[in-house]
Amino acid sequence: MELFVFICAAVMVLLGALGVILRSNPVHAALSLVLTLFGVAVLFVAQEAHFLAAVQVIVYAGAIVVLFLFVIMLLGVDKAEDIKTEPLTAQRPLALVLGVGVFAVLAAAIVTSTESVVRRGEGLSVTNVEDPDANIRQIARSIFGDYVFAFEVVSILLLVAVVGTVLLTRRQRREAVVSK
Amino acid sequence: MPALLGIDPLLVGDVLWTPLLIVLLKVLIIFAVGLLATMLNVWFLRKVIAGMQNRVGPNKTGPFGLLQTLADGIKLFFKEDLIPERADNFVFRLAPYLTFVPAFLAFAIVPLGGDFTGGNDGTVTWFGEVTRVQLADPPVGVLFAVAISSIAVYGIMLAGWASGSKYPLLGSVRASAQMVSYEAALGMSLATVVLVAGTLSTSGIVANQTTVGTWHLVTTGIIPFVIFLIASTAEMNLPPFDLVEAEQELVGGYNTEYSSIRFGLFFLGEFMNPITMSLLLSTLFFGGPNPIAFGDTVINIPLIPGALEGTVWVMLKMFAFLYAFVWFRATFPRLRYDQLMDLGWKVLIPASLGWFMLLAAQRVGDVAGWDPVITTVVAAIVLLVSYSLLQLALRTSRLEREREGAMF
Repeated sequence: MELFVFICAAVMVLLGALGVILRSNPVHAALSLVLTLFGVAVLFVAQEAHFLAAVQVIVYAGAIVVLFLFVIMLLGVDKAEDIKTEPLTAQRPLALVLGVGVFAVLAAAIVTSTESVVRRGEGLSVTNVEDPDANIRQIARSIFGDYVFAFEVVSILLLVAVVGTVLLTRRQRREAVVSK
Repeated sequence: MPALLGIDPLLVGDVLWTPLLIVLLKVLIIFAVGLLATMLNVWFLRKVIAGMQNRVGPNKTGPFGLLQTLADGIKLFFKEDLIPERADNFVFRLAPYLTFVPAFLAFAIVPLGGDFTGGNDGTVTWFGEVTRVQLADPPVGVLFAVAISSIAVYGIMLAGWASGSKYPLLGSVRASAQMVSYEAALGMSLATVVLVAGTLSTSGIVANQTTVGTWHLVTTGIIPFVIFLIASTAEMNLPPFDLVEAEQELVGGYNTEYSSIRFGLFFLGEFMNPITMSLLLSTLFFGGPNPIAFGDTVINIPLIPGALEGTVWVMLKMFAFLYAFVWFRATFPRLRYDQLMDLGWKVLIPASLGWFMLLAAQRVGDVAGWDPVITTVVAAIVLLVSYSLLQLALRTSRLEREREGAMF
Protein backbone atom coordinates (compact mmCIF):
# COMPACT_ATOMS: atom_id res chain seq x y z
CA MET A 1 0.00 0.00 0.00
CA GLU A 2 2.72 2.42 1.02
CA LEU A 3 4.75 1.48 -2.04
CA PHE A 4 1.72 2.06 -4.26
CA VAL A 5 1.13 5.52 -2.80
CA PHE A 6 4.80 6.33 -3.15
CA ILE A 7 4.90 5.28 -6.80
CA CYS A 8 1.77 7.30 -7.64
CA ALA A 9 3.08 10.39 -5.86
CA ALA A 10 6.54 10.00 -7.37
CA VAL A 11 5.07 9.77 -10.87
CA MET A 12 3.06 12.93 -10.12
CA VAL A 13 6.15 14.76 -8.88
CA LEU A 14 8.33 13.72 -11.82
CA LEU A 15 5.68 14.41 -14.46
CA GLY A 16 5.12 17.83 -12.94
CA ALA A 17 8.82 18.58 -12.81
CA LEU A 18 9.28 17.53 -16.44
CA GLY A 19 6.28 19.64 -17.37
CA VAL A 20 7.78 22.72 -15.75
CA ILE A 21 10.87 22.38 -17.91
CA LEU A 22 9.39 21.13 -21.16
CA ARG A 23 6.08 22.99 -21.56
CA SER A 24 6.59 26.01 -23.75
CA ASN A 25 3.58 27.89 -22.36
CA PRO A 26 4.43 29.61 -19.02
CA VAL A 27 0.94 29.03 -17.58
CA HIS A 28 1.10 25.30 -18.36
CA ALA A 29 4.55 25.19 -16.76
CA ALA A 30 3.21 26.84 -13.61
CA LEU A 31 0.35 24.32 -13.49
CA SER A 32 2.86 21.49 -13.79
CA LEU A 33 4.61 22.98 -10.78
CA VAL A 34 1.32 22.72 -8.86
CA LEU A 35 1.17 19.03 -9.79
CA THR A 36 4.66 18.53 -8.38
CA LEU A 37 3.77 20.35 -5.16
CA PHE A 38 0.67 18.18 -4.72
CA GLY A 39 2.74 15.06 -5.25
CA VAL A 40 5.11 16.19 -2.51
CA ALA A 41 2.11 16.91 -0.25
CA VAL A 42 0.84 13.36 -0.83
CA LEU A 43 4.28 12.04 0.09
CA PHE A 44 4.14 14.05 3.30
CA VAL A 45 0.73 12.57 4.16
CA ALA A 46 2.11 9.09 3.50
CA GLN A 47 4.83 9.88 6.05
CA GLU A 48 2.18 10.91 8.63
CA ALA A 49 3.37 14.51 8.36
CA HIS A 50 -0.13 15.93 7.92
CA PHE A 51 0.79 19.40 9.07
CA LEU A 52 3.62 19.71 6.55
CA ALA A 53 1.32 18.48 3.80
CA ALA A 54 -1.32 21.08 4.63
CA VAL A 55 1.24 23.86 4.84
CA GLN A 56 2.80 22.71 1.59
CA VAL A 57 -0.55 23.08 -0.18
CA ILE A 58 -1.50 26.35 1.55
CA VAL A 59 1.81 28.14 1.09
CA TYR A 60 3.23 26.78 -2.15
CA ALA A 61 0.22 25.78 -4.21
CA GLY A 62 -2.17 28.30 -2.68
CA ALA A 63 0.00 31.38 -2.50
CA ILE A 64 3.32 31.18 -4.33
CA VAL A 65 2.22 29.59 -7.60
CA VAL A 66 -0.90 31.78 -7.58
CA LEU A 67 1.48 34.72 -7.35
CA PHE A 68 3.52 33.32 -10.28
CA LEU A 69 0.36 32.98 -12.35
CA PHE A 70 -0.76 36.44 -11.30
CA VAL A 71 2.49 37.98 -12.50
CA ILE A 72 2.44 35.96 -15.72
CA MET A 73 -1.09 37.18 -16.48
CA LEU A 74 -0.44 40.74 -15.41
CA LEU A 75 2.69 41.08 -17.56
CA GLY A 76 0.95 39.36 -20.46
CA VAL A 77 3.80 36.90 -21.08
CA ASP A 78 1.37 33.99 -21.29
CA LYS A 79 2.13 32.93 -24.86
CA ALA A 80 4.77 30.44 -25.89
CA GLU A 81 6.63 32.89 -28.12
CA ASP A 82 7.16 35.30 -25.22
CA ILE A 83 9.84 33.14 -23.67
CA LYS A 84 11.75 32.58 -26.92
CA THR A 85 13.67 35.82 -26.46
CA GLU A 86 16.42 35.68 -23.88
CA PRO A 87 17.14 38.85 -21.95
CA LEU A 88 20.23 37.29 -20.37
CA THR A 89 22.55 35.65 -22.84
CA ALA A 90 24.57 32.70 -21.49
CA GLN A 91 21.62 32.03 -19.17
CA ARG A 92 21.17 28.47 -20.38
CA PRO A 93 24.74 27.20 -20.01
CA LEU A 94 24.96 28.92 -16.62
CA ALA A 95 21.72 27.25 -15.53
CA LEU A 96 23.12 23.89 -16.61
CA VAL A 97 26.31 24.39 -14.57
CA LEU A 98 24.37 25.55 -11.51
CA GLY A 99 21.87 22.72 -11.84
CA VAL A 100 24.60 20.11 -11.94
CA GLY A 101 26.25 21.83 -8.98
CA VAL A 102 23.07 21.85 -6.88
CA PHE A 103 22.40 18.23 -7.76
CA ALA A 104 25.93 17.26 -6.72
CA VAL A 105 25.62 19.10 -3.41
CA LEU A 106 22.22 17.52 -2.67
CA ALA A 107 23.45 14.06 -3.60
CA ALA A 108 26.52 14.50 -1.42
CA ALA A 109 24.38 15.75 1.46
CA ILE A 110 22.04 12.76 1.20
CA VAL A 111 24.87 10.25 0.92
CA THR A 112 26.82 11.64 3.86
CA SER A 113 23.86 12.34 6.13
CA THR A 114 22.06 8.99 6.00
CA GLU A 115 23.52 8.09 9.38
CA SER A 116 22.55 11.28 11.16
CA VAL A 117 19.07 11.31 9.63
CA VAL A 118 18.43 7.80 10.88
CA ARG A 119 19.62 8.79 14.33
CA ARG A 120 17.36 11.88 14.34
CA GLY A 121 14.35 9.77 13.48
CA GLU A 122 14.75 7.80 16.69
CA GLY A 123 13.41 10.75 18.65
CA LEU A 124 9.99 10.19 17.10
CA SER A 125 8.52 7.34 19.10
CA VAL A 126 5.47 5.43 17.91
CA THR A 127 3.18 7.09 20.46
CA ASN A 128 4.19 10.46 19.08
CA VAL A 129 3.11 9.44 15.62
CA GLU A 130 -0.27 8.31 16.93
CA ASP A 131 -0.95 11.58 18.74
CA PRO A 132 -1.88 13.92 15.90
CA ASP A 133 -0.77 17.08 17.66
CA ALA A 134 2.67 15.76 18.64
CA ASN A 135 3.77 16.30 15.07
CA ILE A 136 2.90 19.99 15.18
CA ARG A 137 4.39 20.40 18.65
CA GLN A 138 7.69 18.97 17.46
CA ILE A 139 7.85 21.28 14.44
CA ALA A 140 7.05 24.26 16.66
CA ARG A 141 9.75 23.27 19.14
CA SER A 142 12.42 23.04 16.49
CA ILE A 143 11.41 26.20 14.59
CA PHE A 144 10.70 28.48 17.55
CA GLY A 145 13.11 26.80 19.98
CA ASP A 146 16.19 25.16 18.53
CA TYR A 147 16.43 27.15 15.31
CA VAL A 148 14.68 30.36 16.30
CA PHE A 149 17.66 32.53 15.31
CA ALA A 150 17.88 31.08 11.79
CA PHE A 151 14.10 31.40 11.46
CA GLU A 152 14.10 35.07 12.43
CA VAL A 153 17.04 35.79 10.13
CA VAL A 154 15.16 34.24 7.20
CA SER A 155 12.06 36.31 7.97
CA ILE A 156 14.15 39.50 8.12
CA LEU A 157 15.72 38.50 4.80
CA LEU A 158 12.27 38.24 3.24
CA LEU A 159 11.27 41.60 4.72
CA VAL A 160 14.43 43.21 3.33
CA ALA A 161 13.65 41.73 -0.10
CA VAL A 162 10.12 43.20 -0.05
CA VAL A 163 11.23 46.64 1.15
CA GLY A 164 14.08 46.63 -1.38
CA THR A 165 11.73 45.83 -4.25
CA VAL A 166 9.37 48.63 -3.30
CA LEU A 167 12.24 51.06 -2.94
CA LEU A 168 13.77 50.16 -6.32
CA THR A 169 10.51 50.48 -8.23
CA ARG A 170 9.66 53.78 -6.54
CA ARG A 171 13.05 55.30 -7.26
CA GLN A 172 12.68 54.52 -10.95
CA ARG A 173 9.34 56.27 -11.05
CA ARG A 174 10.75 59.38 -9.38
CA GLU A 175 13.47 59.63 -12.04
CA ALA A 176 10.85 59.28 -14.72
CA VAL A 177 8.88 62.16 -13.18
CA VAL A 178 12.01 64.32 -13.01
CA SER A 179 13.03 63.61 -16.61
CA LYS A 180 9.61 64.70 -17.84
CA MET B 1 -15.19 -18.53 -0.41
CA PRO B 2 -18.98 -18.80 0.15
CA ALA B 3 -18.30 -20.50 3.48
CA LEU B 4 -16.07 -17.62 4.46
CA LEU B 5 -18.68 -15.13 3.39
CA GLY B 6 -21.19 -17.02 5.49
CA ILE B 7 -19.35 -16.12 8.69
CA ASP B 8 -19.29 -12.40 8.07
CA PRO B 9 -20.47 -11.17 4.70
CA LEU B 10 -18.17 -8.18 5.01
CA LEU B 11 -14.94 -9.99 5.88
CA VAL B 12 -13.15 -11.14 2.74
CA GLY B 13 -9.49 -12.01 2.92
CA ASP B 14 -7.81 -9.89 5.54
CA VAL B 15 -9.64 -6.73 4.64
CA LEU B 16 -12.61 -5.79 6.78
CA TRP B 17 -15.07 -4.33 4.31
CA THR B 18 -17.52 -2.75 6.75
CA PRO B 19 -15.47 0.42 7.40
CA LEU B 20 -14.75 0.74 3.69
CA LEU B 21 -18.43 0.40 2.81
CA ILE B 22 -19.36 2.90 5.49
CA VAL B 23 -16.86 5.39 4.06
CA LEU B 24 -18.26 4.79 0.58
CA LEU B 25 -21.78 5.28 1.89
CA LYS B 26 -20.73 8.50 3.58
CA VAL B 27 -19.14 9.76 0.36
CA LEU B 28 -22.35 9.01 -1.52
CA ILE B 29 -24.56 10.64 1.11
CA ILE B 30 -22.37 13.72 1.34
CA PHE B 31 -22.26 14.09 -2.44
CA ALA B 32 -26.03 13.74 -2.71
CA VAL B 33 -26.71 16.02 0.25
CA GLY B 34 -24.27 18.55 -1.16
CA LEU B 35 -25.97 18.63 -4.54
CA LEU B 36 -29.43 18.79 -3.00
CA ALA B 37 -28.39 21.50 -0.55
CA THR B 38 -26.92 23.55 -3.38
CA MET B 39 -30.14 23.24 -5.33
CA LEU B 40 -32.17 24.36 -2.33
CA ASN B 41 -29.66 27.11 -1.57
CA VAL B 42 -30.24 28.69 -4.98
CA TRP B 43 -34.00 28.55 -4.41
CA PHE B 44 -33.58 29.89 -0.85
CA LEU B 45 -31.45 32.78 -2.07
CA ARG B 46 -33.89 33.77 -4.81
CA LYS B 47 -36.88 33.47 -2.53
CA VAL B 48 -35.35 35.44 0.36
CA ILE B 49 -33.98 38.17 -1.89
CA ALA B 50 -37.35 38.40 -3.60
CA GLY B 51 -38.96 38.81 -0.20
CA MET B 52 -36.55 41.56 0.72
CA GLN B 53 -37.25 43.36 -2.53
CA ASN B 54 -41.04 42.97 -2.39
CA ARG B 55 -41.20 40.47 -5.23
CA VAL B 56 -42.61 36.95 -5.38
CA GLY B 57 -39.54 35.09 -6.66
CA PRO B 58 -39.68 31.66 -8.32
CA ASN B 59 -43.18 30.22 -7.82
CA LYS B 60 -44.11 28.30 -10.96
CA THR B 61 -41.98 25.13 -11.01
CA GLY B 62 -43.07 22.71 -8.30
CA PRO B 63 -44.48 23.70 -4.92
CA PHE B 64 -43.27 27.21 -3.96
CA GLY B 65 -41.01 27.11 -7.02
CA LEU B 66 -38.78 24.54 -5.30
CA LEU B 67 -37.90 22.77 -8.53
CA GLN B 68 -36.80 25.94 -10.33
CA THR B 69 -33.09 25.14 -9.90
CA LEU B 70 -33.61 21.59 -11.14
CA ALA B 71 -35.30 22.97 -14.25
CA ASP B 72 -32.43 25.43 -14.76
CA GLY B 73 -29.91 22.62 -14.35
CA ILE B 74 -31.66 20.43 -16.90
CA LYS B 75 -31.76 23.36 -19.29
CA LEU B 76 -28.00 23.93 -18.85
CA PHE B 77 -27.29 20.27 -19.61
CA PHE B 78 -29.05 20.44 -22.96
CA LYS B 79 -27.52 23.70 -24.13
CA GLU B 80 -24.78 23.78 -26.73
CA ASP B 81 -21.28 23.54 -25.30
CA LEU B 82 -19.09 26.21 -26.89
CA ILE B 83 -15.34 26.49 -26.66
CA PRO B 84 -14.04 29.83 -27.93
CA GLU B 85 -11.54 29.72 -30.77
CA ARG B 86 -8.86 31.56 -28.82
CA ALA B 87 -9.33 29.50 -25.67
CA ASP B 88 -6.62 27.30 -24.25
CA ASN B 89 -8.30 23.98 -24.82
CA PHE B 90 -7.02 21.91 -21.91
CA VAL B 91 -7.10 24.59 -19.21
CA PHE B 92 -10.52 25.79 -20.38
CA ARG B 93 -11.93 22.31 -19.81
CA LEU B 94 -10.06 21.85 -16.53
CA ALA B 95 -11.09 25.10 -14.80
CA PRO B 96 -14.76 24.29 -13.97
CA TYR B 97 -13.70 21.15 -12.11
CA LEU B 98 -11.14 23.13 -10.13
CA THR B 99 -14.00 25.27 -8.83
CA PHE B 100 -16.47 22.47 -8.30
CA VAL B 101 -14.28 19.85 -6.62
CA PRO B 102 -12.81 22.04 -3.81
CA ALA B 103 -16.31 23.20 -2.92
CA PHE B 104 -17.26 19.57 -2.27
CA LEU B 105 -13.97 18.63 -0.60
CA ALA B 106 -14.43 21.23 2.11
CA PHE B 107 -17.71 19.54 2.97
CA ALA B 108 -15.84 16.38 3.95
CA ILE B 109 -14.28 17.63 7.18
CA VAL B 110 -17.29 19.31 8.79
CA PRO B 111 -18.98 17.36 11.61
CA LEU B 112 -22.57 17.04 10.42
CA GLY B 113 -23.98 15.47 13.56
CA GLY B 114 -23.23 13.26 16.51
CA ASP B 115 -23.62 13.72 20.24
CA PHE B 116 -20.81 15.68 21.87
CA THR B 117 -22.68 16.47 25.11
CA GLY B 118 -22.07 15.00 28.55
CA GLY B 119 -18.59 13.71 27.84
CA ASN B 120 -19.55 11.85 24.66
CA ASP B 121 -16.98 12.19 21.92
CA GLY B 122 -19.40 12.55 19.05
CA THR B 123 -19.00 9.04 17.67
CA VAL B 124 -21.95 6.96 16.52
CA THR B 125 -22.31 3.26 15.84
CA TRP B 126 -23.37 2.29 12.33
CA PHE B 127 -23.66 -1.42 11.45
CA GLY B 128 -21.50 -2.30 14.45
CA GLU B 129 -18.75 0.13 13.53
CA VAL B 130 -17.87 3.17 15.63
CA THR B 131 -17.60 6.16 13.33
CA ARG B 132 -18.17 9.90 13.14
CA VAL B 133 -20.93 11.76 11.31
CA GLN B 134 -18.39 13.39 9.06
CA LEU B 135 -16.62 12.01 6.04
CA ALA B 136 -13.08 12.47 7.33
CA ASP B 137 -11.54 13.71 10.53
CA PRO B 138 -7.93 14.41 9.58
CA PRO B 139 -5.65 15.55 12.41
CA VAL B 140 -5.17 18.86 10.61
CA GLY B 141 -8.86 19.31 9.74
CA VAL B 142 -8.99 23.09 9.93
CA LEU B 143 -5.83 23.50 7.89
CA PHE B 144 -7.40 21.22 5.29
CA ALA B 145 -10.24 23.73 4.97
CA VAL B 146 -7.74 26.56 4.49
CA ALA B 147 -5.81 24.53 1.92
CA ILE B 148 -9.02 23.82 0.01
CA SER B 149 -10.04 27.44 0.00
CA SER B 150 -6.60 28.40 -1.31
CA ILE B 151 -6.93 25.84 -4.10
CA ALA B 152 -10.30 27.28 -5.08
CA VAL B 153 -8.49 30.34 -6.47
CA TYR B 154 -7.20 28.26 -9.38
CA GLY B 155 -10.60 27.52 -10.87
CA ILE B 156 -11.53 31.17 -11.22
CA MET B 157 -8.07 32.31 -12.22
CA LEU B 158 -7.55 29.71 -14.92
CA ALA B 159 -11.10 30.08 -16.23
CA GLY B 160 -10.47 33.76 -16.87
CA TRP B 161 -7.09 33.22 -18.44
CA ALA B 162 -8.02 30.22 -20.59
CA SER B 163 -10.99 32.02 -22.14
CA GLY B 164 -8.60 34.04 -24.30
CA SER B 165 -10.72 37.13 -23.83
CA LYS B 166 -10.10 40.43 -22.05
CA TYR B 167 -12.97 40.77 -19.59
CA PRO B 168 -12.72 37.28 -18.12
CA LEU B 169 -8.97 37.86 -17.72
CA LEU B 170 -9.61 41.09 -15.81
CA GLY B 171 -12.11 39.26 -13.63
CA SER B 172 -9.68 36.49 -12.86
CA VAL B 173 -6.80 38.85 -12.07
CA ARG B 174 -9.11 40.67 -9.65
CA ALA B 175 -10.18 37.36 -8.15
CA SER B 176 -6.70 36.08 -7.50
CA ALA B 177 -5.58 39.32 -5.85
CA GLN B 178 -8.72 39.46 -3.71
CA MET B 179 -8.72 35.84 -2.63
CA VAL B 180 -5.01 35.76 -1.77
CA SER B 181 -5.36 38.99 0.24
CA TYR B 182 -8.33 37.87 2.29
CA GLU B 183 -6.94 34.41 2.86
CA ALA B 184 -4.39 35.92 5.25
CA ALA B 185 -7.09 37.47 7.45
CA LEU B 186 -9.17 34.29 7.20
CA GLY B 187 -6.27 32.10 8.28
CA MET B 188 -5.28 34.43 11.09
CA SER B 189 -8.76 34.55 12.63
CA LEU B 190 -8.94 30.78 12.26
CA ALA B 191 -5.63 30.54 14.09
CA THR B 192 -7.18 32.26 17.12
CA VAL B 193 -9.80 29.49 17.25
CA VAL B 194 -7.06 26.86 17.04
CA LEU B 195 -5.13 28.67 19.76
CA VAL B 196 -8.11 28.65 22.11
CA ALA B 197 -9.24 25.12 21.23
CA GLY B 198 -5.75 23.66 21.39
CA THR B 199 -6.46 21.29 18.52
CA LEU B 200 -6.66 21.40 14.74
CA SER B 201 -9.20 18.62 14.24
CA THR B 202 -12.76 19.77 13.59
CA SER B 203 -14.33 17.18 15.90
CA GLY B 204 -11.96 18.27 18.67
CA ILE B 205 -12.97 21.88 18.10
CA VAL B 206 -16.66 20.95 18.36
CA ALA B 207 -16.09 18.84 21.49
CA ASN B 208 -14.41 21.87 23.03
CA GLN B 209 -17.55 24.04 22.98
CA THR B 210 -20.42 22.26 24.71
CA THR B 211 -22.15 25.28 26.27
CA VAL B 212 -22.76 28.81 25.03
CA GLY B 213 -20.16 30.07 27.49
CA THR B 214 -17.48 27.91 25.88
CA TRP B 215 -18.43 28.67 22.29
CA HIS B 216 -15.39 30.04 20.53
CA LEU B 217 -17.48 33.04 19.60
CA VAL B 218 -17.27 33.95 23.30
CA THR B 219 -13.87 32.54 24.23
CA THR B 220 -12.06 34.22 21.33
CA GLY B 221 -13.89 37.48 21.97
CA ILE B 222 -16.19 37.94 18.93
CA ILE B 223 -13.61 39.94 16.89
CA PRO B 224 -12.15 36.84 15.14
CA PHE B 225 -15.67 35.76 14.24
CA VAL B 226 -16.46 39.14 12.67
CA ILE B 227 -13.18 39.07 10.74
CA PHE B 228 -13.80 35.49 9.65
CA LEU B 229 -17.31 36.35 8.45
CA ILE B 230 -16.09 39.33 6.39
CA ALA B 231 -13.05 37.50 5.04
CA SER B 232 -15.07 34.43 4.11
CA THR B 233 -17.59 36.58 2.26
CA ALA B 234 -14.70 38.08 0.30
CA GLU B 235 -13.10 34.68 -0.19
CA MET B 236 -16.29 33.34 -1.79
CA ASN B 237 -16.65 36.47 -3.96
CA LEU B 238 -20.13 37.07 -2.58
CA PRO B 239 -21.60 40.57 -2.54
CA PRO B 240 -20.49 43.13 -1.43
CA PHE B 241 -17.13 41.71 -2.53
CA ASP B 242 -18.22 40.36 -5.92
CA LEU B 243 -15.87 42.46 -8.02
CA VAL B 244 -14.81 39.27 -9.74
CA GLU B 245 -18.04 39.22 -11.71
CA ALA B 246 -19.14 42.85 -11.56
CA GLU B 247 -21.65 42.77 -14.40
CA GLN B 248 -21.53 46.50 -15.07
CA GLU B 249 -17.76 46.48 -15.58
CA LEU B 250 -16.79 43.01 -16.74
CA VAL B 251 -19.81 41.69 -18.71
CA GLY B 252 -20.04 38.54 -16.58
CA GLY B 253 -16.60 38.18 -15.06
CA TYR B 254 -14.37 35.13 -15.28
CA ASN B 255 -17.11 32.83 -16.62
CA THR B 256 -18.29 35.04 -19.50
CA GLU B 257 -17.09 32.64 -22.18
CA TYR B 258 -18.50 29.54 -20.53
CA SER B 259 -21.76 27.98 -21.60
CA SER B 260 -23.79 24.85 -21.02
CA ILE B 261 -22.86 22.51 -18.19
CA ARG B 262 -19.34 23.96 -17.86
CA PHE B 263 -21.02 27.15 -16.71
CA GLY B 264 -23.30 24.96 -14.61
CA LEU B 265 -20.30 23.56 -12.73
CA PHE B 266 -19.10 27.09 -11.87
CA PHE B 267 -22.60 27.93 -10.75
CA LEU B 268 -22.77 24.82 -8.60
CA GLY B 269 -19.41 25.53 -6.98
CA GLU B 270 -20.37 29.13 -6.36
CA PHE B 271 -23.56 28.16 -4.53
CA MET B 272 -21.95 25.22 -2.77
CA ASN B 273 -19.36 27.49 -1.15
CA PRO B 274 -21.78 29.45 1.09
CA ILE B 275 -23.11 26.16 2.45
CA THR B 276 -19.69 24.78 3.34
CA MET B 277 -18.61 28.13 4.73
CA SER B 278 -21.76 28.36 6.89
CA LEU B 279 -21.09 24.87 8.19
CA LEU B 280 -17.49 25.81 8.92
CA LEU B 281 -18.59 28.99 10.71
CA SER B 282 -21.00 27.07 12.92
CA THR B 283 -18.33 24.43 13.60
CA LEU B 284 -15.62 26.90 14.47
CA PHE B 285 -17.53 29.50 16.47
CA PHE B 286 -20.98 28.13 17.37
CA GLY B 287 -20.37 24.58 18.55
CA GLY B 288 -21.53 22.77 15.41
CA PRO B 289 -23.77 19.83 16.39
CA ASN B 290 -23.86 20.87 20.06
CA PRO B 291 -27.26 22.02 21.32
CA ILE B 292 -27.58 25.51 22.70
CA ALA B 293 -26.87 25.15 26.42
CA PHE B 294 -26.46 27.68 29.22
CA GLY B 295 -24.48 26.02 31.97
CA ASP B 296 -26.47 22.87 32.81
CA THR B 297 -29.74 23.88 31.15
CA VAL B 298 -29.76 22.35 27.70
CA ILE B 299 -32.33 23.37 25.14
CA ASN B 300 -33.43 20.10 23.58
CA ILE B 301 -35.48 19.94 20.44
CA PRO B 302 -38.60 17.91 21.31
CA LEU B 303 -39.68 14.80 19.39
CA ILE B 304 -36.26 14.21 17.82
CA PRO B 305 -34.04 11.31 18.98
CA GLY B 306 -30.69 12.27 20.50
CA ALA B 307 -28.49 11.07 17.66
CA LEU B 308 -30.35 13.11 15.06
CA GLU B 309 -30.49 16.21 17.19
CA GLY B 310 -26.90 17.18 16.39
CA THR B 311 -27.67 17.14 12.69
CA VAL B 312 -30.73 19.31 13.27
CA TRP B 313 -28.67 21.83 15.23
CA VAL B 314 -26.04 21.94 12.49
CA MET B 315 -28.76 22.61 9.93
CA LEU B 316 -30.33 25.37 12.03
CA LYS B 317 -26.99 27.12 12.55
CA MET B 318 -26.14 26.71 8.89
CA PHE B 319 -29.42 28.29 7.87
CA ALA B 320 -28.75 31.30 10.09
CA PHE B 321 -25.51 31.98 8.20
CA LEU B 322 -26.97 31.23 4.79
CA TYR B 323 -29.65 33.78 5.57
CA ALA B 324 -26.97 36.26 6.67
CA PHE B 325 -25.09 35.83 3.38
CA VAL B 326 -28.27 36.48 1.41
CA TRP B 327 -29.00 39.45 3.64
CA PHE B 328 -25.55 40.89 2.85
CA ARG B 329 -26.28 40.44 -0.83
CA ALA B 330 -29.52 42.39 -0.57
CA THR B 331 -28.14 45.12 1.69
CA PHE B 332 -24.60 46.22 0.86
CA PRO B 333 -23.54 48.00 -2.31
CA ARG B 334 -20.39 46.67 -3.97
CA LEU B 335 -17.06 48.00 -2.76
CA ARG B 336 -14.68 49.89 -5.03
CA TYR B 337 -11.47 47.98 -5.75
CA ASP B 338 -9.16 50.19 -3.68
CA GLN B 339 -11.65 50.09 -0.78
CA LEU B 340 -11.61 46.31 -1.00
CA MET B 341 -7.81 46.17 -0.82
CA ASP B 342 -7.70 48.80 1.97
CA LEU B 343 -10.19 46.82 4.04
CA GLY B 344 -8.26 43.61 3.55
CA TRP B 345 -4.71 44.79 4.09
CA LYS B 346 -5.04 47.82 6.36
CA VAL B 347 -7.94 46.78 8.61
CA LEU B 348 -8.60 43.04 8.65
CA ILE B 349 -5.05 41.68 8.57
CA PRO B 350 -3.68 44.03 11.29
CA ALA B 351 -6.81 43.51 13.41
CA SER B 352 -6.70 39.73 13.19
CA LEU B 353 -2.94 39.65 13.77
CA GLY B 354 -3.26 41.98 16.77
CA TRP B 355 -6.10 39.97 18.29
CA PHE B 356 -4.12 36.78 17.80
CA MET B 357 -1.13 38.31 19.60
CA LEU B 358 -3.38 39.48 22.46
CA LEU B 359 -4.85 36.01 22.97
CA ALA B 360 -1.40 34.43 22.66
CA ALA B 361 -0.04 36.84 25.30
CA GLN B 362 -2.87 35.85 27.64
CA ARG B 363 -2.08 32.17 27.10
CA VAL B 364 1.62 32.71 27.82
CA GLY B 365 0.71 34.77 30.90
CA ASP B 366 -1.57 31.97 32.06
CA VAL B 367 1.24 29.41 31.86
CA ALA B 368 3.83 31.72 33.43
CA GLY B 369 1.43 32.75 36.21
CA TRP B 370 1.36 36.49 35.47
CA ASP B 371 -1.54 38.68 36.56
CA PRO B 372 -4.05 38.32 33.67
CA VAL B 373 -5.22 41.94 33.88
CA ILE B 374 -1.71 43.37 33.70
CA THR B 375 -0.78 40.99 30.85
CA THR B 376 -3.83 42.07 28.85
CA VAL B 377 -3.24 45.78 29.49
CA VAL B 378 0.45 45.61 28.55
CA ALA B 379 -0.31 43.57 25.41
CA ALA B 380 -3.08 46.01 24.45
CA ILE B 381 -0.74 48.98 24.90
CA VAL B 382 1.95 47.33 22.76
CA LEU B 383 -0.62 46.58 20.07
CA LEU B 384 -1.98 50.14 20.16
CA VAL B 385 1.54 51.53 19.74
CA SER B 386 2.15 49.20 16.77
CA TYR B 387 -1.18 50.19 15.25
CA SER B 388 -0.34 53.90 15.53
CA LEU B 389 3.04 53.21 13.94
CA LEU B 390 1.24 51.47 11.08
CA GLN B 391 -1.13 54.42 10.70
CA LEU B 392 1.83 56.80 10.72
CA ALA B 393 3.55 54.77 8.00
CA LEU B 394 0.35 54.75 5.91
CA ARG B 395 -0.07 58.50 6.36
CA THR B 396 3.52 59.22 5.38
CA SER B 397 3.30 57.10 2.26
CA ARG B 398 0.00 58.72 1.27
CA LEU B 399 1.47 62.21 1.69
CA GLU B 400 4.49 61.11 -0.34
CA ARG B 401 2.27 59.86 -3.13
CA GLU B 402 0.23 63.04 -3.14
CA ARG B 403 3.42 65.11 -3.30
CA GLU B 404 4.43 63.18 -6.41
CA GLY B 405 1.10 63.99 -7.95
CA ALA B 406 -0.68 60.68 -7.73
CA MET B 407 -4.43 60.90 -7.57
CA PHE B 408 -5.08 57.92 -5.26
